[in-house]
Amino acid sequence: MIDLKKIDGFNLARRGRSEKYFRLVGLGSIIISISFLLWLLITIVLGSTGAFRHVQILIQVDLTSEEIDQKNIQSTNFGSIIKSGLRRQFPDVTKRKDKKKLYALVSPEGSFELRRKVLKNPEIVGSITSVWVSASDDLSLYIRGKMDVNLPEDQRIVKNKELSWIKDLEKKEQIRIVTNWGFFKNGDSREPEIAGILAALVGSAWSLLVCFILSFPVGVGAAIFLEQFAPKNRLYDLIEVNINNLAAVPSIVFGLLGLSIFLGYFDLPRSSPLVGGMVLSLMTLPTIIIASRASLQSVPASIKEAALALGATPVQAVFHHVFPNALPGMMTGTIIGMARALGDTAPLLMIGMVAFIVDVPKSILEPATALPVQVFLWADSPERAFSEKTSAAIIVLLFFLIIMNLFAVLLRKKLERRF
Amino acid sequence: MPETKINFHKNSRSLWIDYSVIMMLGIMAGLAILITIGIVFSLLAETLNFLEEVSLSSFLFGLEWSPQTAIRSDQVASEGSFGAIPLINGTFLISFIAMLVATPLGLASAVYLSEYASSRTRDLVKPALEILAGIPTVVYGFFAALTIAPFIRFSGGSLGLEIASESALAAGIAMGMMIVPLISSLSDDVINAVPQALRDASFGLGATQSETIRKVILPAALPGIAGSLLLAASRAIGETMIVVMAAGLAANLTLNPLEAVTTITAQIVALLTGDQEFDSAKTLSAFALGLLLFLITLALNMTAQWIVRKYRNQYD
Amino acid sequence: MGRTIISAKNVEVYYSEKQALKQVNLDIYEQQVTSLIGPSGCGKSTFLRCINRMNDLIKSCKFKGELTIGGQNIYDPKVNVVSLRTQVGMVFQKPNPFPKSIRDNVAYGLKIHGLAGSKSELNDRIEWSLKSAGLWSEVESRLGEPALGLSGGQQQRLCIARAIAVKPKIILMDEPCSALDPIATAVIEDLINEISEKFTIVIVTHSMAQAARVSKRTAYFHLGALIEVGNTKSIFTNPLDERTQNYITGRIG
Repeated sequence: MIDLKKIDGFNLARRGRSEKYFRLVGLGSIIISISFLLWLLITIVLGSTGAFRHVQILIQVDLTSEEIDQKNIQSTNFGSIIKSGLRRQFPDVTKRKDKKKLYALVSPEGSFELRRKVLKNPEIVGSITSVWVSASDDLSLYIRGKMDVNLPEDQRIVKNKELSWIKDLEKKEQIRIVTNWGFFKNGDSREPEIAGILAALVGSAWSLLVCFILSFPVGVGAAIFLEQFAPKNRLYDLIEVNINNLAAVPSIVFGLLGLSIFLGYFDLPRSSPLVGGMVLSLMTLPTIIIASRASLQSVPASIKEAALALGATPVQAVFHHVFPNALPGMMTGTIIGMARALGDTAPLLMIGMVAFIVDVPKSILEPATALPVQVFLWADSPERAFSEKTSAAIIVLLFFLIIMNLFAVLLRKKLERRF
Repeated sequence: MPETKINFHKNSRSLWIDYSVIMMLGIMAGLAILITIGIVFSLLAETLNFLEEVSLSSFLFGLEWSPQTAIRSDQVASEGSFGAIPLINGTFLISFIAMLVATPLGLASAVYLSEYASSRTRDLVKPALEILAGIPTVVYGFFAALTIAPFIRFSGGSLGLEIASESALAAGIAMGMMIVPLISSLSDDVINAVPQALRDASFGLGATQSETIRKVILPAALPGIAGSLLLAASRAIGETMIVVMAAGLAANLTLNPLEAVTTITAQIVALLTGDQEFDSAKTLSAFALGLLLFLITLALNMTAQWIVRKYRNQYD
Repeated sequence: MGRTIISAKNVEVYYSEKQALKQVNLDIYEQQVTSLIGPSGCGKSTFLRCINRMNDLIKSCKFKGELTIGGQNIYDPKVNVVSLRTQVGMVFQKPNPFPKSIRDNVAYGLKIHGLAGSKSELNDRIEWSLKSAGLWSEVESRLGEPALGLSGGQQQRLCIARAIAVKPKIILMDEPCSALDPIATAVIEDLINEISEKFTIVIVTHSMAQAARVSKRTAYFHLGALIEVGNTKSIFTNPLDERTQNYITGRIG
């Protein structure tokens, strides 16, 4: 009759095993993917911690000399003042080669830091005082424990003589580690110790602003036209095919377009946030159109019909009733598109944002850089200290991306209305 | 009784506003075509300039890529070769490795998430995969160069293999992981679109869940999955930062994943981020490469769309 | 009166908090057609789907009580559901052939359960199933063509052939003709009459006329409870319960 536990005849045992393996493969794939994600994030987070810590040296400087012209402090050679301070502390360093090594403990930026301090507090001129200045990048790496000191001397960067000076300074508590606020306040620099992302942040902000101003109205307008007003003819199909294709074009091609037409033909300023924003807006436009169309489709037709029945013109019905209800979805799609634009490097490289930009751009026409480009440039640098900066810049980039995506999700949840 | 006058004439002013608004919106939509024309035009124009100096056949079929332009007319060895085959080879080699990594991971994840996972698991895993998709490619490139490549080099070394520090394998793996979420989410949509009636029929006949998936659902979803794989391949081919940072610029013509190769996109970046004159053959070759890239990805995208459209309503 | 093959005792089914079946006690006899009738939402489809545990696929569904087939409790944790569904087949409301060829549809069950050894055995079984379903003469020359190219009635007969191919003891039919036109319906009803001697058939139908035409026994469900069961003739001519009477005469439903 009926035997429900029949094992043979239906290959139940083998099929049961098959089922188990199949499930495991699926689960395993997910575990592999998520493990990779964790590996990436943890590596970068751990690699970035050093960049947020900054090493400083306390130098005794003599500002009493007549060489310091009270009326023209700017022109004073602060570098030599620092050097004499170092010589005073280590008087038995006489050979020229050794002296150079001694001076190299302090960052080249140190003289500018001293000048800034004197300009801010002119009352210290005419006295002997101690100031904290930035340590050089090698010293910084050593102090923060990022250097392998167990190698034999000829393979090391910090030689024994420098080690003795460093230990002396440490004993006298003339070396300290502080939070590296300069990372957020400074622009790029050849010195990894003081390099910062401010210029890149501002450049990205300007570029995204231009991108938004250009792509949001056009994208939303195009979507409204296609969904509400366009006749479904051949031209409509052509536009649709074009949008779907543009959404899948590699971003570097948009950069080439920007290079040849915006820079070449229209002669707009190279490497400016204006051109960067224009190129990014070309890339973001298809995304906004597709997201906005989906949002418009989700608004029930009955709302538009009700408006029309009350005598509104089609344009009034759409803009007073359909559009406001679709707006949350449109904004979510736009924010996500912007987030993608924030992380895209290739097209910006094409329009020249690969130069070494130190100053914060003050308008959208000045040469600038962008956050992902800064990551790329620092990643390319041979100095080891830049590796931490790259990781730190990535953390900042990811931070903004998370904020933007969270904002998009919250916006969608908050404004989601059930029809 | 006074006559009731009903005036059905529309307010001509509001009509006029309507027409101009609609026209403006239509122009915005038309911009999509304008952009495509712009891309094709700018790439084509520069490519034609390029082809004045380098023949089409030596570009498309040439086996050596060492782009130089003469600085002085009497310079010997000033003839650069602009043969794109090593670049095409490198592009496809790395993309192939990426697809090899991403397809099984992506499909298996999609199947598990749509057929086996509880809704709680789905709620946890789907956002995690979204994060993987949202990480900028420059980060993947940095991670590939910083961690993956040395790791592969080291493991290869311990197995006795000599692996280059900028191997195609390292770049391919990084790129593959970047594509996994794309394949996973596209396939997920496709699998969910298969009607429940087919699952019912299969279960009613006594099939196990894996048999139903393998013999009924996946075959039914195949066109959609094929489309998503083509789109993922297109993405891999057009990807720039990962290959620039992890794969280098060695125009090596090889199928060995342990060696270093370069891609079309990496070369475009190299050619245009140095200091050279705009019109030199070197910079123009970048546009020719750009056009080549655009055409390849366009072909893949259109094929993907065609496959999906053709087989879409097979079970309606 | 035949032997009891399916026996339900105090069966209750819940979808989350909502109770769909209340204390159903029903015996189904073998090798005859039993129909389950009643107004929409009365639980007859839910009960049918308990017999081959298709309700397991619905996460919010909970089963209580006892349901035995051939004396064995099918909800016993030791029972392999795959084995159960091989011996209890199902035909659905809307024809759902796989998007494969006609032959592959019929062969599906045979292949996954390893029921046909050689290629010739497979072909014989396919031919036998299609003949039993009355479809062979219409498709024998085009077995390799897509099943979705058949008409609605033909597709449903294909689904019946597919279910018959694995030689189940019981065939469950959930309103198999509701998506078909009257001619196709008649063809399928004739088919049911023909195969009813070899298989036990339980059919859910919303058409009383159909129940009267095909089934020997009829069970009337009302708001999740089994009201009355008996010979089809007596249910329709002399119902014992007032609710059955109201449904039969069209006062409700």
